[in-house]
Amino acid sequence: MRMVRVGAGLPLLLLAVAGFFLFPEYLTLFTSLFILSVFALSYDLLQGHAGVVSLGHAVFFGTGAYTTAILARHGLAEPVLGLLAALVVSALLALVLTRIVVVGNDLTRLLVTLGVGFLMFEAANQARDLTGGADGLSDFTMGPVLGLFRFDFAGETAFFYSLAVLVLVYFFLWRLAASPFGLALRGIRENVRRMPAIGAPVRRHLATAYTISGGIAGLAGALLAQTSNFASLDMLGFERSAEVMMMATLGGTGSIPGVVLGATGLGYLKDALSAMSPKYWQLGIGIVLMLSVFVLRGGIAGAATALIRRLRERA
Amino acid sequence: MTPAIETAGLTLRYGNFTAVNDVSLRVATGARHALIGPNGAGKTSLVHTLTGNVPATSGTIRLGGEEVTTLPQAARVRRGLTRTFQINQLFRGLTVLENVSLAILERERKTRNFWRSAAADRAVAEEAREHLAFVNLDAYAARPVHALPYGLQRLVELAIALGTKPRVLVLDEPAAGVPAAQSEAIFERIHALPRDLTLLFVEHDMGLVFRFAERITVLVQGAIMTEGTPAEIQADERVREVYLGRRGHHAAA
Amino acid sequence: MSGLISILADGIAYGMLLFLFSIGLSITLGLMRFINLAHGAFAMCGGYAAVVLLNGFGVPFLLTLPIAAVLTGLVGVVLEQLVIRRVYPMPELQQVLFSIGLAFAAGAVANILFGPQQQPMLLPDWLTARVNLGVVEITGYRIFLILFGLVAAGALVALFNTTLFGARVRAAVDNRPAAEGIGIHVTRLFAITFGLGAAFAGLGGALAVGFLGLDPTFPFKYLVLLLMVVAIGGPGSIAGSFVAAVSLGAIDALFKYYVPEVGSFVIYGILVLMMVFFPKGLASRRAA
Repeated sequence: MRMVRVGAGLPLLLLAVAGFFLFPEYLTLFTSLFILSVFALSYDLLQGHAGVVSLGHAVFFGTGAYTTAILARHGLAEPVLGLLAALVVSALLALVLTRIVVVGNDLTRLLVTLGVGFLMFEAANQARDLTGGADGLSDFTMGPVLGLFRFDFAGETAFFYSLAVLVLVYFFLWRLAASPFGLALRGIRENVRRMPAIGAPVRRHLATAYTISGGIAGLAGALLAQTSNFASLDMLGFERSAEVMMMATLGGTGSIPGVVLGATGLGYLKDALSAMSPKYWQLGIGIVLMLSVFVLRGGIAGAATALIRRLRERA
Repeated sequence: MTPAIETAGLTLRYGNFTAVNDVSLRVATGARHALIGPNGAGKTSLVHTLTGNVPATSGTIRLGGEEVTTLPQAARVRRGLTRTFQINQLFRGLTVLENVSLAILERERKTRNFWRSAAADRAVAEEAREHLAFVNLDAYAARPVHALPYGLQRLVELAIALGTKPRVLVLDEPAAGVPAAQSEAIFERIHALPRDLTLLFVEHDMGLVFRFAERITVLVQGAIMTEGTPAEIQADERVREVYLGRRGHHAAA
Repeated sequence: MSGLISILADGIAYGMLLFLFSIGLSITLGLMRFINLAHGAFAMCGGYAAVVLLNGFGVPFLLTLPIAAVLTGLVGVVLEQLVIRRVYPMPELQQVLFSIGLAFAAGAVANILFGPQQQPMLLPDWLTARVNLGVVEITGYRIFLILFGLVAAGALVALFNTTLFGARVRAAVDNRPAAEGIGIHVTRLFAITFGLGAAFAGLGGALAVGFLGLDPTFPFKYLVLLLMVVAIGGPGSIAGSFVAAVSLGAIDALFKYYVPEVGSFVIYGILVLMMVFFPKGLASRRAA
């Protein structure tokens, strides 16, 4: 397990850079896959590490997207500042929501995350002056990254910009997973009943995880808004929440490279299937989620670990 | 001297059912105190209310003189009152070492840190290994808990509790579910715990109780029936009746 | 005044549908501890069955209702036997993943078979006519829905409180090991109960087409409300679900009519307030 967790980061990065040179016509797709990976990693902190489900994680993704779009419309066009603002706003929103998400039992937690998701969707839909309602926001222009790199038509800047954010998030979460806090989250996942019996502040741990997770999701949303020059309602919709859940699950919950692989693979599949019709993508989501419960319980990462173990035993 | 634990009129009700009935219990510091009683006498319920798993309906609980009646479980643990569970409550997917380290990290409040590596904390790892050595599990440190046989998992249960550095340790049937030979070994380890650590334990096996307890409280239908030294309890007709009566009931059923 | 009555009638009719949708979810959660986020798909299934029967085969409206219910119930039993019973013992996370997947797949299948558009349904004249109740005129369909909901709730209460089957279900909800101990065949009980819950959702779905409309987003559209009904009413409680469903329906209708600008928020507002003040749900509070 440790082998996969630590060792897969660098090859993945090399693959991404190789993609830049080998498939220059697909840079936009790559960029969107990096962003999906950031989003899936943020969600996996909850589901994979702490073992709590959320059905409304797109709320933070969408909040991040709208934050940077609205700021850009009002003159704050520098992308990195926009990202930071999105991070802060989404994390604050998550912090406020922990009050109702972290308490309660499994059923109420599902209910609340779902309800908050629909509530935010409706709110964004109504606040037309701020969000553009159903039309979304596209009348903004991002400045050059750090005042140096202009977003170009081929998407080269967007590619490296998103990849840089993904690498930072990946590294941060990798450190977090191995930290005492990461261990405490796994403790909650493995046995939430024992945690108070060792003096652990379970609610505070979950609130911290939720805040960090919300902030990173906001980062992902802001990246998408900046690189696609668009922020819209579907960015905080229920379907996006369900998708991210599937990506984390399929990649192998709790494994950072696994989640990146899951997000990339499914993101690509979505791109291909949606080109036919969204209904086939939804059918795909549905079947994959149902099957994931019965086969491939550890996801891609679990399968890879099992394979490595078998190869080692043979050697 | 202030008792390690003292309850007054402690009561726990579920609807019409009274699980713990007006229990006033004193456990002296450094005691080896057993809690016995027939099935359904409310022993586990009493443990739940003492340690804060379930809030008491009425009455008070004092820990070393300080009232803790309304404190949540985690806060009681931080004041030195730790329990183990009758049915293993372990972090099954984590390694044995991680199970114990987590308890230490929480005690030291190091779990707020999300940047340093947990495994690289030497002091914590060293202490965790000491606890594991105490329960003879040092050889299993790197194994995931679910891969251990049940009897050894019972010892992990104990080692985790030690990681919280308790002043009072409440053990709910520490040898439940393991063969007699192994329960002997578990109690031998419990017996070897430092004398300044107060022990309150629930146990079914009277042989073990009379050997390891220095004081015994008998619980019947949620209330204290009697309390005394092992010799006194052994000689008590009523206690014998409760246990014989229970056996008679079993034979009838 | 007459306006208020007609809006209330609207809300109560809506509440009756919510009750029919959610009762199966409530029972499966109370009995099998199965979080079925795909329960709305059964209502959708009943809806499409009714539309096909009515529009495609010219089956009279009243006859489509029992057929839709039975068909959906059968679908429920078959699904339960094939896969869902294997999901019962899984942890909550797996249940959620599975049932969300099922809901997505069901919506996509409906989309592929029937297209993304709203399904038209021609109700018989006697249901679309407005009925004069002295002070107020109400569409016949509203009255029909309310009466139908009352009858269905009554039948369910009778089923669970007076029959041997009901006694078994109640016993298994209260204490499953004990119920198994006295020889109740729990696996079969689960299958029948699941089918029954699906059938009621299917019935609700068939009734809902002429009132709420029907399209492939149906399984998720009412999910929050269904979960709220169960959380407020208490898993496994018929009376609780009924009261919760009708109140939510009425509140929703009243606010949407009188304060349309915030109307769509009210239900979610109630949800958030509920979570702040009763974090464990109203029902579990009562049980304690």
